[in-house]
Amino acid sequence: MMAGLIFVFSLAAMMQFFVSYCRSLIAASARRALSLDVQDVVGITRSAKSEDFERVMQFLHLCPERREDRNGIQAIGAYFRLLGAVGKTLGKLIPSLRAWIESERSQCAYFAAVALDRRIAYSRDMLAEQMTA
Amino acid sequence: MVCSLVRGPFRRYFTLNLYMSMSFFVSLGRYLVFTRHGLLSPEYTYFYYYSDATLTICLYFALMGLYAIVFEELGAALKLRVFMMLLLIGTTLFSFSVVHQSEARMLTHYIVEISQNLYFVGLVLTYVLWAALLKLHESRVRVIQIVLSLGVYFSVNAANYALHNAYPNLRVVWEYLPPVTGMLLPVAWIYAFMRFDDEARLAPARLAVVPR
Repeated sequence: MMAGLIFVFSLAAMMQFFVSYCRSLIAASARRALSLDVQDVVGITRSAKSEDFERVMQFLHLCPERREDRNGIQAIGAYFRLLGAVGKTLGKLIPSLRAWIESERSQCAYFAAVALDRRIAYSRDMLAEQMTA
Repeated sequence: MVCSLVRGPFRRYFTLNLYMSMSFFVSLGRYLVFTRHGLLSPEYTYFYYYSDATLTICLYFALMGLYAIVFEELGAALKLRVFMMLLLIGTTLFSFSVVHQSEARMLTHYIVEISQNLYFVGLVLTYVLWAALLKLHESRVRVIQIVLSLGVYFSVNAANYALHNAYPNLRVVWEYLPPVTGMLLPVAWIYAFMRFDDEARLAPARLAVVPR
């Protein structure tokens, strides 16, 4: 009984902490403007759409990985899929939830675009270092 | 530890560094016991669970450090520390009293029971800290991310130990989850220390699941 209660409460708290953690990752990159190059490549200027996420992720996988952002991207990928699953189930019943999920998923896409921007800049720096060496 | 040394705030986040150094020595100890006695030996089992409980208590100290950072301007850090120490002692005594009847499997049952309760109390304390962060409009990104990652860690482990306690035969879940969650805190804390400086800020109200 006690273990069951702890299990249920812990799962609920975990979902809440995980969502807030992912939102803190997204919020930290939301204020950053995208470079013109990335805007041209992915077609995102100031705000993204949720459909952009998969496309931006494909571009991300083409760039050399940076260890610092790998885990953040994985967490946001998991958050994006979680939102998709919730949208497909509960979103059909609650329209306002669907709108919130759509807004969250579009912010996930913007986060991925910012990560792409960082990776491109990182690749350029590496290339410049190799050229000078 | 290295990240906080490189980035400067080693003393400010001393309790987090203490936990990380303990975690390193515990991992080393587990490896030594594992190579000498094997994975399925009682020695390794006992060492694993008791070191896990010790690490959880270290994580309480880390949590106390975070409380001190958040409440430093209110001057209530000392009272909070005393309260948390009493809570820790109370949790241990409560767990002992719950399993006191089943003396035959005392040690193994006790350690699962105490771990479940310690993680759960840690989760409640982290939840209270998170509520305080939102209430006090604490906006330091680093503090927010450290607290939230602690919340995820405590809740996953509390759920896992509760599952272990309720369904001891469900090994496939509760045996493989801790190694995965063990990576969570180092990765999240490295990210928080390397990506943001101590003065980086964001609006905490944006992070609440229920809009404020």
